[in-house]
Amino acid sequence: MSQNGSHSRAPKAYFLVFAALMFFTALTVWAAFQHLGVWNTPVALAIAVTKALLVALIFMHLKSSPRLTILVVAASVLWLAFLIVITVSDYVTRAWLPIYPR
Amino acid sequence: MADAHAHAAAHAAPPELRHHFVDLPAQREASSLGMWLFLVTEVLFFGGMFTAYVVYRSTYRRAFEGASNLLDIKLGAINTGVLIMSSLTMAMAVWAASVGKKKLIILFLLATIGLGSVFLGIKYVEYKQKFDHHEVPGPHFVVPHDENTHEPLPRQAEMFFSLYFCMTGLHALHMIIGVGLLTWLIVKARADAFSPRYYTPVDNVGLYWHFVDIVWIFLFPLLYLLGRHTL
Amino acid sequence: MSTPTATPSQRVDYLNASYGVKSWLLTTDHKRIAILYLIGITFFFAIGGLAAALIRLELLTPAGDVFQAEMYNRIFTTHGVMMVFFFMIPGIPGVLGNFLIPLMIGAKDVAFPRLNLLSWYLFAIGGLTALWAVVHGGVDTGWTFYTPYSTVYANGWVVVTAVGIFISGFSSILTGLNFLVTLHTMRAPGMTWMRLPLFCWGMYATGIIQILGTPVIAITLLLVAAERIFHLGVFDPAQGGDPVLFQHLFWFYSHPAVYIMILPAMAVISELVTAFSRKPIFGYKFIAASSVAIAVLSFLVWGHHMFVSGQSVYAGLVFSILSFMVAIPSAIKVFNWTATLYKGSVSYQTPLLYALGFIGLFTFGGLTGLMLATLGLDVHVHDTYFIVAHFHYIMVGGTIMAYLGGLHYWWPKISGKLYPEYWSRVSAWVIFIGFNLTFFPQFIVGYLGMPRRYHAYPEEFQVLNVMSTAGASILGIGYVIPLIYFVYSMRYGKDAADNPWGATGLEWQTPSPPPTENFPDTPVVTGRPYDYLTGREEEAVG
Repeated sequence: MSQNGSHSRAPKAYFLVFAALMFFTALTVWAAFQHLGVWNTPVALAIAVTKALLVALIFMHLKSSPRLTILVVAASVLWLAFLIVITVSDYVTRAWLPIYPR
Repeated sequence: MADAHAHAAAHAAPPELRHHFVDLPAQREASSLGMWLFLVTEVLFFGGMFTAYVVYRSTYRRAFEGASNLLDIKLGAINTGVLIMSSLTMAMAVWAASVGKKKLIILFLLATIGLGSVFLGIKYVEYKQKFDHHEVPGPHFVVPHDENTHEPLPRQAEMFFSLYFCMTGLHALHMIIGVGLLTWLIVKARADAFSPRYYTPVDNVGLYWHFVDIVWIFLFPLLYLLGRHTL
Repeated sequence: MSTPTATPSQRVDYLNASYGVKSWLLTTDHKRIAILYLIGITFFFAIGGLAAALIRLELLTPAGDVFQAEMYNRIFTTHGVMMVFFFMIPGIPGVLGNFLIPLMIGAKDVAFPRLNLLSWYLFAIGGLTALWAVVHGGVDTGWTFYTPYSTVYANGWVVVTAVGIFISGFSSILTGLNFLVTLHTMRAPGMTWMRLPLFCWGMYATGIIQILGTPVIAITLLLVAAERIFHLGVFDPAQGGDPVLFQHLFWFYSHPAVYIMILPAMAVISELVTAFSRKPIFGYKFIAASSVAIAVLSFLVWGHHMFVSGQSVYAGLVFSILSFMVAIPSAIKVFNWTATLYKGSVSYQTPLLYALGFIGLFTFGGLTGLMLATLGLDVHVHDTYFIVAHFHYIMVGGTIMAYLGGLHYWWPKISGKLYPEYWSRVSAWVIFIGFNLTFFPQFIVGYLGMPRRYHAYPEEFQVLNVMSTAGASILGIGYVIPLIYFVYSMRYGKDAADNPWGATGLEWQTPSPPPTENFPDTPVVTGRPYDYLTGREEEAVG
């Protein structure tokens, strides 16, 4: 469980993660102003996911947590994906039949 | 079974052990799993609004991009940095609790509260700007003009602001609750409630605080950055 | 094992361990909290039942002559809201789940007893908040709160009702959270997952749904409230909003919610069938796995409520196929229960009567569910009484019968008393007959085209509606009888032995009623579950 990990962990990892998070924040702001076409959004999301993973794995000790905890977190992400992807699939496929006005 | 009784009597139960748990490790395992399950509910809770965001952004792309550019990116970026810093101080508070350094616990908790308050203060400034510019959805909404072209944005810019206020508002509410929890932790820390053997509340509030940070990590690009490439 | 050293009246158990209102309202004992839930859900069931009586009264005649249309709308909304959110969803988990899970796994309590008490208070406060709205005129949107009617046009207490449901949703989340953590971390030594009673597997699967689904309706109701109060436009077409988005978000929870209502019922049936066949359950692993499979698949089918909403036909096709698939694990359970009964030493006592009623009525209702999963057919019967009959077969013919069966089976453990067997069988039959008379005609009128949620209907449907109302009266009587004899038994019933059924399971290894700490020493589990054939069920464990 997370507490056992933090006993031995020197806080150095936290400062490294902090620096990385600040760097990625600057990066995402810079990338937002670049003309990347359709890639603007995926790049922003990829950076956000990276930051979130750093916070979860290191700050929240997920890396040293029991497998059950990791499974629980993965399930929440999967279920969020169900919600968003399946809902969006309705909107995306509406236009496939010409009867629906768009 | 009689041995179990004698054994238990010989090692008096630590005061932090609740009677229905066999021992402290079992209690810790349960507390941790419980806290993570609660965070799962928070993922789905915010997730409903993220779904609405995805649907409407793809439908009203131009309106959303234009409206997003009206948000103050400087304040948004500063707030992101502030929150990241507060996650650092929170992680340090948990570490301090794990090694039993009471003064440091309180120091880092205070720092986290301070940074959280800065975040909320900046949010207040941003909201006030929106109110002054009639960018709050509802009867007083006035369709704003595009930053670049100075043409009025499509009507659905109002939808962007609806989602903006709902999502950042719910996030801010979670921050306020978080500040309250941190204050409670300080009170308990001063009363010597925590030790390296038992600092579960600090750990759990830490998890909560980091989660709220993660939500903002996604809110920032989705709300503030999505239209900047059109400028 | 038996330690009948003290007579029941002298022995200290969880009921007489302390007296006074405070000792009940501030209890953290899971068994007392279960009793608090029992009182609460019975109260809200009565309110929902009263609303049902008014509905059936109006529908005796084709004309809308008892209530104005809007009043009738408020009545069926009250019926739906009260029954779904304050009876069905909290019901079996709150009463039987709370009481039994720690006992079945050899624990002293659930993982978070104080959160457990909080969950009851949230349930009570949420229910009373919604009831306040009802008393002050209520809401006429239907329990489904479709927008933009609910957000823009409905007059009434939409926000208050939504807040009541929101608060109660947290009760459901906390209950599920408690059960999941309890089952993961507090099983007695030797109680491996594969030795867990199937009741616990069912409650585990229910907990998964409660955790993953409930937050979505919570945020959806918040958005509805925000729209009404702040005039946001998230679901309002006038501002670019999409009412179908509301339906997606609403049904993402509300479909799995029906599995929150049925999985605990199936969990009870698994216990009843094996106990009254005196045989190990057939296909333990399949029943356990099917519970989890239902929990997962239930999240992928919600669009079958939206076939005619304007949803994409392609999405509808996928939802239709997945809805067929989600029926498979339920069918597996029915096969396994039947196989358990086959060549068992079957004893037709009241709990089994309810279990048999469940198996028949749930199967029937489930088959009609497959009809509704068929996109083309659903277009024809959507929003008719066919739908109403379908879900009442599952929820009333299914869940409520399972709940009553479980209540009878575990009543000796809960109260330390025996209920009167004669009257319990009478009421079981009255309920079965009343139920079928109420709801079977509704399949017919629905298929013939009678719409739901209308206070008037074409003349030609009157005979069937009169039959339905007659059935409802009988059903109502059937529900009142157990209320009377359960209360009666607490005072005048015969004292129950520790294990009056001779059943397996750790809950039968403690006195009836159990002491507050459940087990004086933590039991150690060595045998398989449902070990009837080797005659070990009377043996002490631990």
